[in-house]
Amino acid sequence: MGRFWSILFLLVPILGVGVFVWAMAGLWPMAGHWLPENVNDHGHVIDNLFMFILILTGVIFIGTGIALFWFLWKYDSANNAAPVAFTHGSHTLEVVWSIIPAAALVFIAIYQMNAWADAKMRRPTLADGRVKPEIAEVTGRQFEWRIRYAGKDGIVGTEDDVQVVNDLHLPVDEEIVLKIKSQDVLHSFFLPNLRIKQDVVPGMKQFVWFRANKTGVYDIVCAELCGWGHYKMRGRITLESREDFDRWLAKAYDEQNQAQYTPATGEAE
Amino acid sequence: MSAVAVPTHGTVHDHHAPALDLGTFVRTYVFSLDHKIIGLQFLFSTLLWFLVGGLLALGIRWQLAWPWTDMPIIGRMLFSAEGGQISPEFYTTLFTMHATVMIFFVIIPILAGAFGNYLIPLMIGADDMAFPTLNMLSYWFMWPAFICIGISFLWPPYGAGGGWTSYPPLSVVTEAAPGSAFAQTMWLLGVTFVGVSSMMGSVNYMTTIIQMRAPGMTMFRLPMTIWGMFITAILQAFALPVLTAAGFMQLMDRTMGTGFFLPEGLIVNNSMPATGGGQPLLWQHLFWFYSHPAVYIMILPAMGMVSDIIACFARKPLFGYKPMVYSISGIAGLGFIVWGHHMFVSGMNPLLGMTFMVSTMMIALPSAVKTFNWLGTIWGGKIQFTTPMLFALSFVSMFIIGGLSGIFMAATPVDIFIHDTYFIVAHFHYVLFAGTAMAVFGAIYFWFPKMFGRMMDENLGKIHFFLTFLFLNGTFFTMHILGAVGFPRRLADPYDYETFRHLLPMNQFMTICAIGMVATQVIFAYNFIRSMFFGTPVGRNPWGANSLEWMAPSPPGHGNFDFQPIVYRGPYEYGSPEVDTDFYPQTQPPPSDPARRVKPEHH
Ligand code: HEM
Ligand SMILES: [Cu+2]
Ligand SMILES: [Cu+2]
Repeated sequence: MGRFWSILFLLVPILGVGVFVWAMAGLWPMAGHWLPENVNDHGHVIDNLFMFILILTGVIFIGTGIALFWFLWKYDSANNAAPVAFTHGSHTLEVVWSIIPAAALVFIAIYQMNAWADAKMRRPTLADGRVKPEIAEVTGRQFEWRIRYAGKDGIVGTEDDVQVVNDLHLPVDEEIVLKIKSQDVLHSFFLPNLRIKQDVVPGMKQFVWFRANKTGVYDIVCAELCGWGHYKMRGRITLESREDFDRWLAKAYDEQNQAQYTPATGEAE
Repeated sequence: MSAVAVPTHGTVHDHHAPALDLGTFVRTYVFSLDHKIIGLQFLFSTLLWFLVGGLLALGIRWQLAWPWTDMPIIGRMLFSAEGGQISPEFYTTLFTMHATVMIFFVIIPILAGAFGNYLIPLMIGADDMAFPTLNMLSYWFMWPAFICIGISFLWPPYGAGGGWTSYPPLSVVTEAAPGSAFAQTMWLLGVTFVGVSSMMGSVNYMTTIIQMRAPGMTMFRLPMTIWGMFITAILQAFALPVLTAAGFMQLMDRTMGTGFFLPEGLIVNNSMPATGGGQPLLWQHLFWFYSHPAVYIMILPAMGMVSDIIACFARKPLFGYKPMVYSISGIAGLGFIVWGHHMFVSGMNPLLGMTFMVSTMMIALPSAVKTFNWLGTIWGGKIQFTTPMLFALSFVSMFIIGGLSGIFMAATPVDIFIHDTYFIVAHFHYVLFAGTAMAVFGAIYFWFPKMFGRMMDENLGKIHFFLTFLFLNGTFFTMHILGAVGFPRRLADPYDYETFRHLLPMNQFMTICAIGMVATQVIFAYNFIRSMFFGTPVGRNPWGANSLEWMAPSPPGHGNFDFQPIVYRGPYEYGSPEVDTDFYPQTQPPPSDPARRVKPEHH
């Protein structure tokens, strides 16, 4: 039976890698079972890092998996007449297999710092060096996303703001800054196709930024449990050219003022 | 070293007294002070909860595979109100309770409570724990926890549904969710009682291991199981007070209007405005300051047991004993400074995220060292593929996957994408189910003969192993793929999103595997119960192992040893040239002929 069990453990790296490769190739029945389309200029960094770690860990996964299989196969008591190697360890080996992974881990740690800083710390700036103001403010509440555009004056929170629910429109090919917050419990503003995720916390405000490079309509997902309706807290993000966006915003402004829209209580800051 | 004399009253008492009146029965089996009975009480309770947790998981899986359809059989039993259909409110309760039961009622108490209790005195050569009464209380304090969580689950209309992480404001503001009213208070009380129980156990284990070792049992002659339990006890002692305090803060926010976790003026779902002054993130810091060390509480003892099982069935000394000890100590130390990796995108200062990223990367190192040493142990051995060995080997194989997926999430930019997706769910099921739970199965098969004096059936054991191994990978490996698509966790119906709609067939496959996995456990239950009464009777040392528990009778009587154990060496001298057997018990005196003695290696 030792042979059988050795092979069972060998199947772990074989099938493990197989499933990943299969999914990456998008073959039936796993079409689209991989990183979803990325339309953010900064998103590639995350995808590349993911792939880099996948390859690195994949090598370790295969290496240790094969070692496990080979030792089980070779030293099966049913087929192995040699006496056991009576050893308590090896100082040299311990040093080697501590230093090599340590070096690899330190490398990954340092290598990714820049990507993290770009995503969460280095907010885009204007030509004069000031931080770029937000184009819109998104507020999560049970169970919808309320969106407020700056309007003509470029400032959120004034008379000419445009307000919509769950329907975020943004122009492509420019740095977008969004201010996101929560009105009640925790939510998380997740844009899978832009590799953006940020929890929103009542009492705090957060900023996310990205530069979309493709027009289209994508999902806004709530990724932090916010109550029974968490699953249906779904918004849509429409990425369009600057002209289309301006036209849409103007139309939304007109419609809103015709309808005498008044914000619900509790929404004003 | 610590030559604490062990009174040998094992020989004095005759515990097989035939006349068993009610008072004796209650004292011997119910409010028993004997660490072995207490250990078995923990074992039986946790195994029953394991069943409950498994059924709750099937509820979750059902909803993800066939959303909003009647769940057969269990559906009508559990939620007749909706006609067997899972409502979104109930779905939140399901995953909250699944995690709560599995973490607080299964994994933590089965490791420390069941195996810690049973094995510590036996493996160090003591007659019982240092504080038997405290030990008994640590079991009985689980019962208020069982009751509180039970009420919290069943409280109408919906049980607690804030997730096992219980993040405010959802968990604090009563109006925020149907389960955030009374049920949430009960949930907090339940978790607090588990904490009290663990704390009592932890103090006891530390004292026992430090003070009650048999003559000759130095710290570096302890089996790895004991090292795992020892470090775990220390982790609990330092981390638990923080959780308990945080739990009380949340209780006070809920019941007395304090505002530790709520910002000023917060209104949720037309609630009264909060007095505020607090910060929701504070809870996350406190919670993870406990719960990250807690994930090691949930694996270090398992690593210890796996080390013992692997060395025994490789018939070879454990490779790198001291590096193994240093690794778990390193994991424990680092474990206190990585909690922020659960909060990378929480809104915490991103600079802080960077430091937590570095410490998290570093904690993967001792895990890697341990894995290499397990591989070193089976290298050059004479491997016996017994059921416990298969489970222990699968621990190693699966822990590699769980450890490697940790690196993805430790990489902060990648975590932006995969946080709160099924990638995380895959990660912790690989370490906790495929890792710890498999190790626990192995440990049950391994120590069952000691506990009951009879063997479990090996053939059934291997079938149980094979099917569990297959189904668990079918259920959990696929979760990595879902995670790569960004499939979020905790959604009652993710298929509303265009991005995830096409993932339904994969989820159905996973659910079928999960049903198979739970069904397979029937084989285990049958084997366990049958073997207790009809298994082949065994002597003291059926596996030919070295550590002290195998020198005691099976099952050991009250007081454990019928002789005074004296320890001459570490527990891993398998295949030693000093003796003709391939094992060399810790209590066996060295050969009288000095020429036969092996010089200690220096490495
Ligand atoms: C190799 C070492 C490990 C690393 C680098 C690591 C890293 C991480 C990270 C970064 C997260 C947070 C992911 C997120 O929420 O975005 C996480 C989550 C988690 N880890 Fe690990 N981990 C490791 C080992 C373990 C072990 C040994 C266990 C348990 C025995 C464990 C249990 C968990 C659990 C339960 C969660 C999820 C908690 C939740 O959100 O509900 N991890 N891990
Ligand atoms: Cu939500
Ligand atoms: Cu953690």
